[in-house]
Amino acid sequence: MGRWDNKRQPYDSVVAAVPVSVPYQRFTPDPAHWWLARALGDLLRGAGLHPADIDGFTVSSFTLFPDTAVGLTQHLGLTPRWLDHIPMGGASGVVALRRAARAVQAGDASVVACVAGDANHVDSFRNMLSSFSRFAQDASYPYGAGGPNASFALLTDYYMRKYGATRADFGRIAVAQRANARRYAPALMQEALSLQQYLDARPISDPIHLFDCVMPCAGAEAFLVMRADIAAELGLKTVKILSTIERHNAFPDDPVQDRGGWAMDKDELWDMAGINPDQVDFLQTYDDYPVISMMQFEDLGFCAKGEGPAFVRGHDLEISGSFPHNTSGGQLSVGQAGAAGGFLGLVEAIRQLTGTASDTQVKGAKYGVVSGFGMINYDRGVCSAAAVLAKGSQ
Amino acid sequence: MTKPILKPGRKNPQIRTVHPTLPPAYRSRKALGFTVAAAEGRFCLQRCDDCGKLTYPAREACPACLSMNLRWQDVDPAGQLIAETTIRTSTNSYFRERTPWRTGTVMLDAGVSVLAHIHGDVTPQGRVRMIARTDKSGKGVMMALPEKEVENMADDKQLRELTCDPKHRRVLITDGRSDVGQAMARAMVNAGAEIVFVGLAEEWRGFPGQAAMTEIANVEIVPLDVTNTTSVQECAGEIGGKVDILINTAQHTRPGGIMGRRDVVTSRDEMEVNYFGLMRLMQGFGPGMKARGADGVNSACAWVNLLSVYALSNKPDFGSTSASQAAALSLAQCFRAEMAGSGVKVVNAYHGPLEDEWHQPLPPPKVSPNRLAREVTGALQQGLEDIAIGEVAVDVRGRWQEDAGVLEKELTQIEGM
Amino acid sequence: MSVLTELAASLASGAVKTVDLTHTLDPDFPVMILPPEFGQCARFRVEEVSRYDERGPGWYWRNFSCGEHTGTHFDAPIHWISGRDLPNATVDAIPVSAFVGPVCVIDCAGEAAEDEDYLLEVETIEAWEAIHGEIPAGAWVLMRTDWSKRSGAEYLNMREDGAHSPGPSAQTIRFLVETRDILGFGTETVGTDAGQGAHLSPPYPAHYILHGAGKLGLQCLANLDQLPATGAILICPPLKIKHGSGSPLRVMALVEE
Repeated sequence: MGRWDNKRQPYDSVVAAVPVSVPYQRFTPDPAHWWLARALGDLLRGAGLHPADIDGFTVSSFTLFPDTAVGLTQHLGLTPRWLDHIPMGGASGVVALRRAARAVQAGDASVVACVAGDANHVDSFRNMLSSFSRFAQDASYPYGAGGPNASFALLTDYYMRKYGATRADFGRIAVAQRANARRYAPALMQEALSLQQYLDARPISDPIHLFDCVMPCAGAEAFLVMRADIAAELGLKTVKILSTIERHNAFPDDPVQDRGGWAMDKDELWDMAGINPDQVDFLQTYDDYPVISMMQFEDLGFCAKGEGPAFVRGHDLEISGSFPHNTSGGQLSVGQAGAAGGFLGLVEAIRQLTGTASDTQVKGAKYGVVSGFGMINYDRGVCSAAAVLAKGSQ
Repeated sequence: MTKPILKPGRKNPQIRTVHPTLPPAYRSRKALGFTVAAAEGRFCLQRCDDCGKLTYPAREACPACLSMNLRWQDVDPAGQLIAETTIRTSTNSYFRERTPWRTGTVMLDAGVSVLAHIHGDVTPQGRVRMIARTDKSGKGVMMALPEKEVENMADDKQLRELTCDPKHRRVLITDGRSDVGQAMARAMVNAGAEIVFVGLAEEWRGFPGQAAMTEIANVEIVPLDVTNTTSVQECAGEIGGKVDILINTAQHTRPGGIMGRRDVVTSRDEMEVNYFGLMRLMQGFGPGMKARGADGVNSACAWVNLLSVYALSNKPDFGSTSASQAAALSLAQCFRAEMAGSGVKVVNAYHGPLEDEWHQPLPPPKVSPNRLAREVTGALQQGLEDIAIGEVAVDVRGRWQEDAGVLEKELTQIEGM
Repeated sequence: MSVLTELAASLASGAVKTVDLTHTLDPDFPVMILPPEFGQCARFRVEEVSRYDERGPGWYWRNFSCGEHTGTHFDAPIHWISGRDLPNATVDAIPVSAFVGPVCVIDCAGEAAEDEDYLLEVETIEAWEAIHGEIPAGAWVLMRTDWSKRSGAEYLNMREDGAHSPGPSAQTIRFLVETRDILGFGTETVGTDAGQGAHLSPPYPAHYILHGAGKLGLQCLANLDQLPATGAILICPPLKIKHGSGSPLRVMALVEE
């Protein structure tokens, strides 16, 4: 796509391991530091490591202000030789993975702890919205302050008109995820959801209704990226990184976003992975609204543009279905713990491919795809990322 | 079709007056350029001087060529609604109180898509024309209106939040002694004001037009002398709670500068009316209006200052009056800051020389009282905050915006030297 | 018993009563209106400085402002161009003896009620003298018109051709000054001259002739109907304003029951 040949090297001798999810809570007075510390502690215990063993660290959080990853090193007693702060919301997980993987591969770090987490106090969400980005402050927040509900309502309205999607099509995604969530104990929403209940829900920002929306909450997610030989030495179950992509501000001239950056990079994603979409055993999309999951089906190449509605009509998206999707219930049913939402799918994918997903385990899962989407800077999500992962090590 | 707003009933004295809340008010410095244009009713976007790219939201540099030379310029307001939503929940109290609220994405014919408020009469996927206005927070926003006028369009709930339509509102004209005051009273009555209070100082001396004005239906004469603190306080005490629009027509204009005058007596009279009078009005009526910025259909909504355009840059043959007008302008800026948060717009209407006894020897063009009244009425109906009335004011204000320093040199240049 | 002791006793007993001839200084009280291109007489204005509040917790006080010719006021000779070169022509220089003296009251109330432009003529003075005796030298002469009972627009009585209110003719003023050598002349109207005094010869004769001769003026007086034609004592000390052309003041009279 670019001016120069961008052939890339494979992720040799690097693995992901130790999926950690700190169970979410709707509201807590605990700050982001508490959640991130919990996640890091779980990582270390899970891997049998001490803080001094961690020489690389990435942090993603919206509510850590005034701190960043820097302050957190002192706060948590880490002395890393490689540090990154990844403020990419829903794309943070995949981006953390690919950056950490390259650092490890190049020898800049050996064991990188990738953590994401956010607090949720009573007024956190409003505060975050009102200062989210300059463009949002200047040009979207003053128009009803509907937050992401309103932004995705416009995307959804546009998509529905352009491609003939119906609310029921989006409902299939939400309803299947709720079914999955009922097998994932930490999910905040466990009550069964029928398609009729989905359709009858109250409107939030037309055509977005209640079950299209995620519930803001507090929580944290984390995983390790490390040298394969160290993982083996520690006896950890690992996941192989076949391919990743990342893109920001794709298609800026589209009047309304009806495709994401994946559409620019999907060929490269599959080329590098060396498999094709048919071989994938599950997909974890970033699902803060069903419409964006549907776009990921299309833009990652699982179906053609505009065929998303037909795709969801033709597939069972539950864990045991023909196309297991968001197997832990996704943010729609688990809750959206700020930047941890950008890790949710990746951490679940690592569980799936290490065979530790327990009740949500997709049988025989060998290949999985995780995609991320983030940051409604103004009228659309700016960041997109995806990774193809495989069971095992090198 | 918008339903016409009905005349509100009398207020229930047992119900607490709604406290004004605001839509989000923070804007980046660059975006304030949009607010400046919106205050004048101009629909502007940034255009790159170097490559011509039109861009939105406000940027520091052109996203096509990274030129730093982006300028707010008027653009074609025509476009089409391509996506829309009706917001039913909001984290912001102002919108929360006003849901459902319609917003959408408009593809401008000029080639940029923008997020905007949407008028209730715009059809899905319909053609629109954009306006830029300041909202209750005083900051610029855009709204898509139906391409063509429709019946009762001004009564649209969302549009009325941006305007200060006198319809069903109660107006105070602070000085009815002048032709301007009388023309303004007639214009407000014609615009559907429920009642027009007209201030009259020194009832012990009559004035031309007094009888005619007294006879206008819906006009009520009230004693009000802006040079008299007690008078202003008493008037505010009597009617301050029901003044929705205040138009300060009290002006003291005299020819002359500094050395030709020998003393400050006349200048003091100018200041007494143009500056202290304004301040007394603000102290008297400001608090009541500020508290009533969200008080239903006939909420307090606008405060209009009539200012000589030479408030911006001194006109030496009216040098002392210009100075008092500059003082008034500065006070109006302070007042805007103090009224921020109330949703009440402080409208500055700059005018050139008026068709009155003090400008009688001056050549045309001059602004007739009727024109002044008509344009102020229009500004209120449209929700503008900064307007220039008459050819001279438009010209002087334009030159001031272009280069205040050059304008000063022009205005103070000795003729024929 | 000395004169003053006797006066004090009379005041105490009520045999001599005090009459207030002053209008309240009120922002709404009319002042002389000149064509707008001229400098104008400042209205009486008050600004509160504190009232037992954060501006001054234990006290109430105000600043007031006005012209030298606002409200019930005194005209010094220097007020008019005809008196500008006279000695002791300013309020601070006029001997205080001028501020207490006998007063003659010419009742023109009936005539003024009939004719708002009524001019007091010499014959009327002579007829008054036939009854009350000759006006003594050094006396104040007040023209009673009951104009002080008017209020609002009726007081100045402005029309398109100016104010309409009674006053003395030029001959009358000349007679009082030259033949009777009065101390001063006072009226209930806004000026010592008639409302249309600009059209007499000389214009504003009361101002021109009185002040040209070093005589004093009082205007906006009230309660003249409570004074006898003769026999009362007028007390009218203006504020001692440096180089003052006049001053608002409290005017009162001592009247024997």
